[in-house]
Amino acid sequence: MKELLKKLSETYGPSGREEQISRVIREEIKDYVDETYTDNMGNLYAVKKGSGAKIMVAAHMDEIGMIVTHIDDKGFLRFSNVGGLSPHVLLGQRVIFANGSQGTVGMEKLEEINKLKLEKLYIDIGATTKDDARKHIKVGDIATYHREATIVGNRVIGKAMDNRAGCAVLVKAIQELAQTENEVYAVFTSQEEVGLRGSRISTYRINPDLGLAVDITMVGDTPEAPTMDVSLGKGPTVKIKDASVICHPRLKEKLSEIAEKNEIPYQYEVLTAGGTDAGAIHLTKEGIPAGVISIPCRYVHTPGEMVDLDDLAHAVKLLKAFLSAPLEMREIFPCHLE
Amino acid sequence: MLLKRLSEASGASGDEGEVRSLLKEELSLHVEEVTTDALGNLYLKKGFGRKPRVMVAAHMDEVGLMVVGYEKSGLLRVVKVGSIDDRVLASKVVSIGKDRIAGVIGAKAVHLQKPDERTKAIDINNLYIDLGVRSQEEAEKLVKIGDYATFTAKVREAGDNCLIGKAFDNRAGCAVLAELLKEDFDLELNAVFTVQEEVGLRGAGVAAYSIHPDVALVIETTAAADVVGSKEAAYVTKLGDGPALTLMDSTYMAPQQILDLVAETAEKLAIPYQFRRLTTAGTDAGIISQTHAGILSAVISIPCRYIHSPASIINLDDWQNTLRLARGILNAIAEGGLRLEGTA
Amino acid sequence: MKDICEAPGVSGYEEYVAKIVRAAFCAHVDEVRQDRMGNVVFLKRGSDSGGRRPRILLAAHLDEIGLMVTKIEEGGFLRFSAVGGIDPRTVVGQEVILYGREKLSGVIGVKPPHLTPADELSKGHKMEDLHIDVALTEESARKLVAVGDLALIRRELIQLAGSTVAAKAMDDRAGLAVLLSCLQELERLRHAADVYAVATVQEEVGVRGAAMATYGVVPDIGIAVDVTHAEMPGVLEHEACKLGKGPGITVGPNIHPKISEEIIRVAKEYRLPYQLEAFPGPTGTDARAIQVTRGGIPTGLLSIPLRYMHTSVELLDMDDLKLSGRLLAYFIAGVDSAFVEGLSCC
Repeated sequence: MKELLKKLSETYGPSGREEQISRVIREEIKDYVDETYTDNMGNLYAVKKGSGAKIMVAAHMDEIGMIVTHIDDKGFLRFSNVGGLSPHVLLGQRVIFANGSQGTVGMEKLEEINKLKLEKLYIDIGATTKDDARKHIKVGDIATYHREATIVGNRVIGKAMDNRAGCAVLVKAIQELAQTENEVYAVFTSQEEVGLRGSRISTYRINPDLGLAVDITMVGDTPEAPTMDVSLGKGPTVKIKDASVICHPRLKEKLSEIAEKNEIPYQYEVLTAGGTDAGAIHLTKEGIPAGVISIPCRYVHTPGEMVDLDDLAHAVKLLKAFLSAPLEMREIFPCHLE
Repeated sequence: MLLKRLSEASGASGDEGEVRSLLKEELSLHVEEVTTDALGNLYLKKGFGRKPRVMVAAHMDEVGLMVVGYEKSGLLRVVKVGSIDDRVLASKVVSIGKDRIAGVIGAKAVHLQKPDERTKAIDINNLYIDLGVRSQEEAEKLVKIGDYATFTAKVREAGDNCLIGKAFDNRAGCAVLAELLKEDFDLELNAVFTVQEEVGLRGAGVAAYSIHPDVALVIETTAAADVVGSKEAAYVTKLGDGPALTLMDSTYMAPQQILDLVAETAEKLAIPYQFRRLTTAGTDAGIISQTHAGILSAVISIPCRYIHSPASIINLDDWQNTLRLARGILNAIAEGGLRLEGTA
Repeated sequence: MKDICEAPGVSGYEEYVAKIVRAAFCAHVDEVRQDRMGNVVFLKRGSDSGGRRPRILLAAHLDEIGLMVTKIEEGGFLRFSAVGGIDPRTVVGQEVILYGREKLSGVIGVKPPHLTPADELSKGHKMEDLHIDVALTEESARKLVAVGDLALIRRELIQLAGSTVAAKAMDDRAGLAVLLSCLQELERLRHAADVYAVATVQEEVGVRGAAMATYGVVPDIGIAVDVTHAEMPGVLEHEACKLGKGPGITVGPNIHPKISEEIIRVAKEYRLPYQLEAFPGPTGTDARAIQVTRGGIPTGLLSIPLRYMHTSVELLDMDDLKLSGRLLAYFIAGVDSAFVEGLSCC
């Protein structure tokens, strides 16, 4: 898991430019599934055929980034955000583009630091003129944080743990999944960070009986943290609600039941802001029951995101147990008729 | 000139009837099928059965005002339909309802204002439409609650091949689409003049659902902020630099193959083009690309200064070049320039 | 009215109030089904025998706003966040019912004024600073309460002067009452169209249930019944309706002009009072989702005037409910295939 997570974390793949991470993930799972394919938005589908319930499990492979909107006369790059970026976190960060070009984020002079906005920042790739910059970068190129992943004890620090940690969990679960009646669609979705876009269309395409998202979530166990009852190392969470979805109560019960039966530690999660692919999944067509398994993560959307390897291992266990359990849809979601 | 007639027609979001009729009249003879739907989208189809199936969309609606109440004095209370900066409303002329009743949006005479009042923006709750009547009863005879008001402005030629007028967003785009419909392309062309883009991309999604195209092109009008006091990086687009290609906005990210196709087409045909520098605000492409199992979409826009105000400016060379680029893109698509499905 | 307002049913957890609604409605309809997300669809068949009957969908939402436990703190105090839009200033000092392993009584406590510094007294409370006190130790609390449990303000329906009542969750139990009243009226009217009365879920968190239900029913017409603001001090006259003067009929981009025209015509024909509401964009009701489902649905919206929306003392005039039910029924009675065909725009 450590090596897989490191590899995924360090691979380039911001929203809208997921080709590289898609290729890496595909290599990891293609021998464990019946079929893989992509669609016109870059979602990667991996299917394990079956005759039982049709389950979709989504893990978004995109990360946040900076899109170049303008190259000035001196070769400095102006940019805008792809996904949620904090200008304060960006100061002085090292960034990297798809073709390997690297740079630093600089700042215009500013009287009050709390008035910092993205418009006051720029990326410096060491070019001397506009033409020099254009040899390496064009408008529309997207940069990401440039950071190696490091292992500290039982924890891993790196950029893009949101959501390469979720991808790692899904990859491992697929690799280790025993035979199951259920038909499993593992979808590594695109453009989640800019509006749950990949999952919206992939769910429509698949039209599953139910859907799960595997993503990261915030924690409340750091100094003076905003109230949140999730801690690193206490296990994956069964999400109850976030701003995009109220997880189906039956799915929440089922996941809790399976966790307890298999002695997997877990936590309940209520996230007051933020959303996941489940938000798009459940609103498809006539409605699809959706739930989320989240990996606790500290310092979300910074280059130093931290996750716990035990949490990941338990998440894999929980996901595998859920996917192999025979799911009698009518039993879980009774539809009353009078 | 069709663009002039379209600009001067009245059609705020939810009330696009006049624009719809104008376009229907102008274009019915050029196409195989004309239909409308529950929201008022206008569909014009030609090349029935050809492949690929292409949707080209341009929204018909403009921003405007809606009458929501009367004052006893006969002044009308209004709210905004779509996004308008309150500060462009003071001291303008509007026309209201089907009968185009004339009204003015007055502002307190400067002589009567206190010094600190003068520096504040006048917000919508302090702006009224004046019909010239003396009482609420008289106002009720002319105008109903729910009636729409749009800016009154005649299109005027100005400067270097430019036009001044209202609602170039998006009548300029509609005019481009109208021209395209008079030509022939080797694909199934489903043109849709969509409704209610300005109040949340409401028409385009249902249109994309009904048509279910293989690919979509959206022709829009976008802000040009290339004026004194703006920094170059914040121009969004520049008047005169050609049609603008959207990289990303708050509803949509242009897929790489779309960016490549449009750039190649522009270069091959020697059409000047620029990138839209802003990554906020949205267009119909946002909802279209998220319909069904995802629809490959592109957005090109005509730059426009002072967008969403009664006195906008567009450059007719930009307009012509947008038409040429759209034509080029459609031909490139017909020739198989796009990979419409994913890879196995 | 009392039963459905006092029943708990927070967005995503509408099962209990759904049962009560089912029990009340089922005698008046031909078929009932519930989808996986919890929307309850009641079908009352029309009498049109020629070909495909017109299909009308009516929507009123089951869910109410509420509070969700986010953390159990030292001392057994419960932190919470809102489900749906709640002004934190309206929950301070309230009694709550906490739905944990058992129903528990609690309060949303506030510091007494004697201990509050003067400058704080003028600031409104923030949700993160409030807590629910169930008078248990942390150990006991953890046995009976879990993160994710729901709490609602304890409020019985209050009869005020005349036909005015106040309760929690009038938004949108009042709408459900209107649907019931409409279904009862329809029993004595002939109607060509099939009526799908849907008790929708999760409207308060983003109009979610209605989109799904409409996708499944695929109606020719969709009418949402919700509440709207009634006049009160500090609200501009044009922003609100009057109590007791009949339902608000909405016009604007979210509404098909021929539908609002027809509802107004029916109101005038039967001398039913109504008020006109002009709204310049997508409304904050199920109508918003219904209109843009699939290939687009002609949509209408009827609203009950209500004061103090999203508080536990939502106030309305019971007469408005009856009048709305009747208006809706007469409108439905007049819908035939010809009317539906006429809706394809200009």
